[in-house]
Amino acid sequence: MKILVTVKRVSDPEAKLKIKPDGSWIQTEGVKFVVNPFDEIAVEEALRIKEKQTGEVVVVSIGEKVVTEQMRAALAMGADRGIFVNYTGSYDSYDVANILQKVVEQEKPDIIILGKQAVDDDMGAAGFMLAELLGYPQAAFASKVEISDDKKKAKVTREIDGGLEVKEVELPCVITADLRLNTPRYASLPNIMKAKQKPVKEVTVDALGAAVKPRVTVKKLTEPPKRKGGVKVESVQDLVTKLKNEAKVI
Amino acid sequence: MKPVNGTDFYLLDDLLSEEERFTRHSVREFVDREFMPKVRQSFRDARFPLEVIPGLGKLGVFGASIEGYGCNKVSGISYGLMMQELERGDSGLRSFASVQSSLAMTAIHEFGTEEQKNLWLPLLAGGQKIGCFGLTEPDFGSNPSGMRTTALKAGGHYILNGSKMWITNGSISDIAVVWAKTNKDDPKSIKGFLVEKGTPGFSAKDIHGKLSMRASVTSELNFDECKIDGDHVLPKTGGLKSPLTCLMQARYSIAWGALGAAMACYEEALGYARERIQFSKPIAGYQLVQERLVWMLSEITKAQLLAWRMGTMQDNGSLKHYHVSLAKLNNVKIALEIARSCRDILGANGITDDYQCMRHMNNLESVYTYEGTNNIHTLILGEHITGIKAFE
Repeated sequence: MKILVTVKRVSDPEAKLKIKPDGSWIQTEGVKFVVNPFDEIAVEEALRIKEKQTGEVVVVSIGEKVVTEQMRAALAMGADRGIFVNYTGSYDSYDVANILQKVVEQEKPDIIILGKQAVDDDMGAAGFMLAELLGYPQAAFASKVEISDDKKKAKVTREIDGGLEVKEVELPCVITADLRLNTPRYASLPNIMKAKQKPVKEVTVDALGAAVKPRVTVKKLTEPPKRKGGVKVESVQDLVTKLKNEAKVI
Repeated sequence: MKPVNGTDFYLLDDLLSEEERFTRHSVREFVDREFMPKVRQSFRDARFPLEVIPGLGKLGVFGASIEGYGCNKVSGISYGLMMQELERGDSGLRSFASVQSSLAMTAIHEFGTEEQKNLWLPLLAGGQKIGCFGLTEPDFGSNPSGMRTTALKAGGHYILNGSKMWITNGSISDIAVVWAKTNKDDPKSIKGFLVEKGTPGFSAKDIHGKLSMRASVTSELNFDECKIDGDHVLPKTGGLKSPLTCLMQARYSIAWGALGAAMACYEEALGYARERIQFSKPIAGYQLVQERLVWMLSEITKAQLLAWRMGTMQDNGSLKHYHVSLAKLNNVKIALEIARSCRDILGANGITDDYQCMRHMNNLESVYTYEGTNNIHTLILGEHITGIKAFE
């Protein structure tokens, strides 16, 4: 069974980010970058499926050379090899889906697992778009994945409002990983050492034959408005008046 | 207790290889997720959380300076960073790893036979077995060559008599590396012995009432006509320089480890000072507090550079014992002063175990004393630079 997993490099969710003076993007100097936490869960799930079924876990990352660090972090967890799509321009979720479609056409994996969203821009769109472009069934926000004995289907549990939904999808399929799917393993020292030797294939968008034409562009980033301090009210009547007229909640 | 991201004012991460950063990340995550939720209760209960050991073994933390025998040799800096992350949790956790790896495993690897290495090193590396190291005695701390424990030859075996004190992991060990004189009048006759748990005549008793290193097992080892098979001697040992070889490796790990404790305290005090409001503004806004925080940051940054350089020297083979003495002496001293200063900044809150600084402060009192006291390292350096020995 071949499983393709996407890994995105994102700014550390714990880091306090600052916006560039021109509002074009965040300041990246001194900011630590990590594997998108949802992608880490996706890698873990792929490794668990591989450990049960045997097969191969292939990691794909898109971006500048620096993204290979996060790709190797996934290799250090135990993934077998990497595909690095070298692309330095700007792109949107649809471009990512387009690029991944081409990678899937070449690799022909049985399952594609993505994090349900990246924690930097929180778009959460690429997984759906990829399934649509490929014409594959999809199961998003997975909290449990079980592969059928004949390896032709996946039973995927999803957390929805007020309960659980269980879906059965035929392979090949696209799955996106939610928070409670698993707890990612720690990369052990032997695996960290082995990761250096694992093959990483570098490809360009042109060589893949993917078209990158961003339909969505970031116009400007601004900080959220500063929170104002509260006020003390004199009486219950004051409070009711304010809730009615200012907050307009009653 | 909030997880910390590490203090890195001088962008020292740029000096680290990807492998070194990955190693640190794994151990950091492990400590945050598996150890930190237990540390407060462990310290209160004076209990070492043994249940984390198999996980650390699986990660490959033990014996990571040894090639082969089930060990995963990493760079000196990777090794140091692991120690830093363990001690960011608690000095007791790092002490466990130092004793297991730097002392017990190094002794077997450097001085043991192939059979001894093949038997013990894979088990110790995986955390399935625990080791300790018995050198210090009740009356001989800084002066180990005066030790009274003897191992006198009797036919094909040795008879061990005496006692060892302040032995980390003592009562939980499966194998003790014990140092004894084979001729009671001659320090050159000191040899190392592998004493297995349960050997008749060998007993271990825990030291209670510790106000420091509470989440760590510290024991006294007693040997009473304890019969050791001839093949349990470490054949390549001879004289005090054998255990000192192991101590150099352990001191190396302490110099890195102390940084972890210092960073944990500094980050905690910085966070507290920014939020604690007195006289209508955060206490971080007062000059006296800022001076302390800046002092801590500069000492941590200098100590990090020292540790990093020590790591590169370890790997290129130029590291000498006096270099390690300087780093142990400096880094533990600043870590202790930082912990005390942080406790001060946290005011009354700092004396409770809701915060980490006082636990680290108390632990560092032990770290300051063990593996060569601050005074002894000063005199080792004094001798090195003047050529005149101030002690026997």
